[in-house]
Amino acid sequence: MTTMLLLLLTTALVNNVVLSQFLGLCPFLGVSKQLKTAAGMGVAVMCVVTLSSAITSLLYNGVLLPLKLQYMNTIVFILVIAALVQLVEMALKRYSRPLYAALGVYLPLITTNCAVLGVALQNVQQENGFLTSVVNGFGTSLGFFVAIVVMAGLREKIANNDVPESFKGMPITLLTAGLMAIAFYGFKFL
Amino acid sequence: MGTAVLIAAAVVGGMGLLIGVLLGTADKYLSVATDELTEKIREVLPGNNCGGCGYAGCDALAEAIAKGEASPTACPVGGQAVAALVCELTGKKAEFTRMSAYVRCAGTCEKTRHIYEYFGDEDCRRVTMVPGRGTKACAYGCLGFGSCVKVCEYDAIHIVEGVAVVDKEKCTACGKCVDACPQNIIEMVPYDAEYMVTCLSQERGKSVKDMCEAGCIGCGLCARECTTGAITMKNNIAHIDQNDCTNCGWCLEKCPTKVIRKR
Repeated sequence: MTTMLLLLLTTALVNNVVLSQFLGLCPFLGVSKQLKTAAGMGVAVMCVVTLSSAITSLLYNGVLLPLKLQYMNTIVFILVIAALVQLVEMALKRYSRPLYAALGVYLPLITTNCAVLGVALQNVQQENGFLTSVVNGFGTSLGFFVAIVVMAGLREKIANNDVPESFKGMPITLLTAGLMAIAFYGFKFL
Repeated sequence: MGTAVLIAAAVVGGMGLLIGVLLGTADKYLSVATDELTEKIREVLPGNNCGGCGYAGCDALAEAIAKGEASPTACPVGGQAVAALVCELTGKKAEFTRMSAYVRCAGTCEKTRHIYEYFGDEDCRRVTMVPGRGTKACAYGCLGFGSCVKVCEYDAIHIVEGVAVVDKEKCTACGKCVDACPQNIIEMVPYDAEYMVTCLSQERGKSVKDMCEAGCIGCGLCARECTTGAITMKNNIAHIDQNDCTNCGWCLEKCPTKVIRKR
């Protein structure tokens, strides 16, 4: 139990997927303008990552490993992830139309969010068991959720400030992201 | 060796099939009945999801058009062709007016007084940095260094006697010259509009006269005489609202400096 909790904490904060591994930057910068959509994106990614790490772990250990098809893992994982994203998209379209509209093109782009594939491949590399994989996936996506929500909160505040002309838009956002990454570096010493 | 390939293909293919079936079933339970009109409009739109219309993507725009929130002509990429198709679907009249750029300055080399000689970069934005904003006495007019000419991809704008002039037949209303002009004297006007105030100087009448023979002195006669009230005065300059203008030509008749021009 303690190891699981520790794993959760490590993946969510210390090895934060966005701010210390620099994975999944596209939605992190693209959908962090508003707190609400950012939270929606975070939850969507959490669903996809947790589910995909569960399924890919089962598939890898149950199908690919016995058949000695380990080299197919990337293709198989992408297949699973794409299907899951499709599923999440359908569910969102059905149950939360405004969120679906707000996420727009970034929703199908979760498929190519490298954080998702990254977690799945990481599980394989570290030879994680099923439960460890799920916790790892959940922790990582929780890290993504935390990062994107904090970022959106900061950006909402920044929007009200008088930013110098040359820093408007992406430059100030990237600077903020960099400062946040430095702040998260502090978790290394927990 | 051959069997290994077959197994791999079978595993991935089988998984694809399984996922396909699962998604198909999920679609049955989760699908939302989308409006038929929305679907049809969506098919007509370009589908690049560029967001140029201000909506999150083509899907969002299609929905907004179907609901009547957005104009059928809202897609800037599709232009007239797409607008016509969308109008056909929605049954709305195509309100796509062809536009063209117009340079609001008539201060040619002859008509405008020059205050000094300029030797330097031939670029309007650079010239705005020098004192007096260029060699012409008037600080509001065309600088004549052709930054607009350089950005035009359609060969529709040229410098004629020190002033940019738009060929409205070639102009596609892309708006690049409008953005390029540091003096902000290029305007988008309807292609059919005939009468323009060809000056933007905010100076008072006498100083305008001193600087340029082709300037608007802000007398306001046109605004008083206009039968449809399309002309308003602001900052010593006349503006014609082309939506209200009937192209009668009375203002040109009355204008003492003939700064209102027919094109």
